[in-house]
Amino acid sequence: MQSPLESLTILIAEDSAADRMLLSSIVRRQGHEVLTAANGAEAVEAFRQQRPQLVLMDAMMPVMDGFEAAQQIKELAGETLVPIIFLTSLTESEALARCLEAGGDDFLAKPYNQVILAAKIKAMDRLRRLQATVLQQRDQIARHHHYLLNEQRVAKAVFDKVAHSGCLSAPNIRYLQSPYALFNGDLLLAAFTPAGDMHVLLGDFTGHGLPAAVGAMPLAEVFYGMTAKGYGLSEILREMNAKLKRILPVDMFCCATLLCLSFQRRSVEVWNGGMPDGYLHSIASGERTPLKARHLPLGVLSPQTFDDRTDVLPMSVDDRVFLLSDGVIDTCDANEQLFGVERLQQVFAANRQPDALFAEIEQALRDFRGEARDDVSMVEVSLLEAAQVSPPALVYSDSGQSSPLDWSVSFEFRAATLKRFNPLPYLLQLLLEVHGLRAQSGALYTVLAELYSNALEHGVLGLDSGLKRDATGFTRYYQLRNTRLDELRDGFVRVHLQVAPTGEGGCLTIRVEDSGKGFDVERVMQRPAAGVRLSGRGVGLIRQLSRNASWSDDGRSARVEFFWEAQA
Amino acid sequence: MPVVTEISQGGQKLTISIKGRFDFAKHQEFRESYENLQPKPESFEVNLKDATYLDSSALGMLLLLRDHAGGENAEITLTNANADVRKILAISNFEQIFDVA
Repeated sequence: MQSPLESLTILIAEDSAADRMLLSSIVRRQGHEVLTAANGAEAVEAFRQQRPQLVLMDAMMPVMDGFEAAQQIKELAGETLVPIIFLTSLTESEALARCLEAGGDDFLAKPYNQVILAAKIKAMDRLRRLQATVLQQRDQIARHHHYLLNEQRVAKAVFDKVAHSGCLSAPNIRYLQSPYALFNGDLLLAAFTPAGDMHVLLGDFTGHGLPAAVGAMPLAEVFYGMTAKGYGLSEILREMNAKLKRILPVDMFCCATLLCLSFQRRSVEVWNGGMPDGYLHSIASGERTPLKARHLPLGVLSPQTFDDRTDVLPMSVDDRVFLLSDGVIDTCDANEQLFGVERLQQVFAANRQPDALFAEIEQALRDFRGEARDDVSMVEVSLLEAAQVSPPALVYSDSGQSSPLDWSVSFEFRAATLKRFNPLPYLLQLLLEVHGLRAQSGALYTVLAELYSNALEHGVLGLDSGLKRDATGFTRYYQLRNTRLDELRDGFVRVHLQVAPTGEGGCLTIRVEDSGKGFDVERVMQRPAAGVRLSGRGVGLIRQLSRNASWSDDGRSARVEFFWEAQA
Repeated sequence: MPVVTEISQGGQKLTISIKGRFDFAKHQEFRESYENLQPKPESFEVNLKDATYLDSSALGMLLLLRDHAGGENAEITLTNANADVRKILAISNFEQIFDVA
């Protein structure tokens, strides 16, 4: 910044030598440096060479008049403001106006008044410095903006590596998200579980920009890490909540909907914390069941008070779950009216082609607001036949050379543990140390999960799978499961694993026992292995995916085998 | 004044009234309305009678107030919210941690 008393270099362009000398001495006395020119052409040349900061310009001059010279000087000065004050004996308003039109900033009538001249030079200098400051700040902002965009590019590239390690490109997922959604705080993740189920998360962090993006990274890592290890929604939610609570400032949190889509069981498990209603769209009935927010967002409650209860709903093949961010319903029109849920439902009602839904919602938002917006996230996940879904093979980092081949282990999980602990991820991790089993990890996990939930739900908790015959019973079943688990005092589930080498390969035997009442084994075994009922699917699955499945002790003990051949 | 405060006689209760959009623009004023009170009030009321809208940063500010007022033991009442604001409080399930009257 220049000091207000700094002297300026001032160009005086005046054809009359006497006037030129007089003006020069006045300006010099006021403390400025003076350059002189006797006509417009000289003035332009002097400006080109010495860049004075201010010009006093006679309007009428030979060779080149002041108007032409002013235009050329303004052009040379570019964005820098070089004030030009016209010196004129002209008095008609038209001539004075012409001075300003030619690029002059002010005029001064002859004969000169020293006080007014000094005041005008001062005022023009203020203006000149203001312009310089504005330009400097503009350039600074542009530099910062460029810098910020670059940072966002880098952050996004790193994040994309993490976030897109999942299965957003699976054939049953369609989504719409701005490429910079991350910096709007929106987050969309999807991954297969070892059992071939699909976990999907649509999240929305409070705020915008980098702060909103920062929390996304740990959330994505928990989501992918725990999903790959076979953890269920409740455990993943607990971990996410605890982690966000620990690392985020108090006023930041993440609204999120988490789904577990089970292709084999034909159901969806839902947890919604603070997101707008999602919808389960039944293609057969056309009905859309809202998936309401029943929980606080992630990162608000302490781990002790966090509520990880989920809802389970039945689905049929081709049914869809639709989730959206609040960008959709919070879209405002010119009068600050919100788009709202009712308008969204009108779009639903008018929808004929399910695949056109996204485009129709976008169109409705554009019509409502008058322009498109870039912070809207939508995702639709449909249920396919289990056979149409192919989870990618898991990638292991070890060579398998240290694979353990001859061992057995037994666990007994008692009531207090059954209430809150899911042993499946641990059991699976243990079994996948055996290299030969890795190729069938999906089937292994599914069978293990079915055996365990049969033992827990039908055995220990005494739930009747017949309840799941229809949609209402289905919901009732999972409510009962939660209640009975809460009230559970006694009971156990035992898991015995035995791995033994056979020739070049090996054999795994799994036995699962429970403390329940057992069931009529013969009657259940007579059912066809692959039905399309909502209930009783577990036994069929187990028989399809494992070898030599058998039940003993009145159904209280289940036994299955897995074999593998020599490693290639 | 978009954020108006009123303290009860004896200083036990602080009422904060919000006017207009309750969003990040009110962040500073909202925090200043309760932060430096001596003695600290025992209970708080956020009067939303004239609040037209509430966004997620406002929810964050309410969490800050809750933290200041003692976290899970905080005594905070949100009063007179209009239908739109109530809807937002309901979706975010803030009714579970704030007393919405």
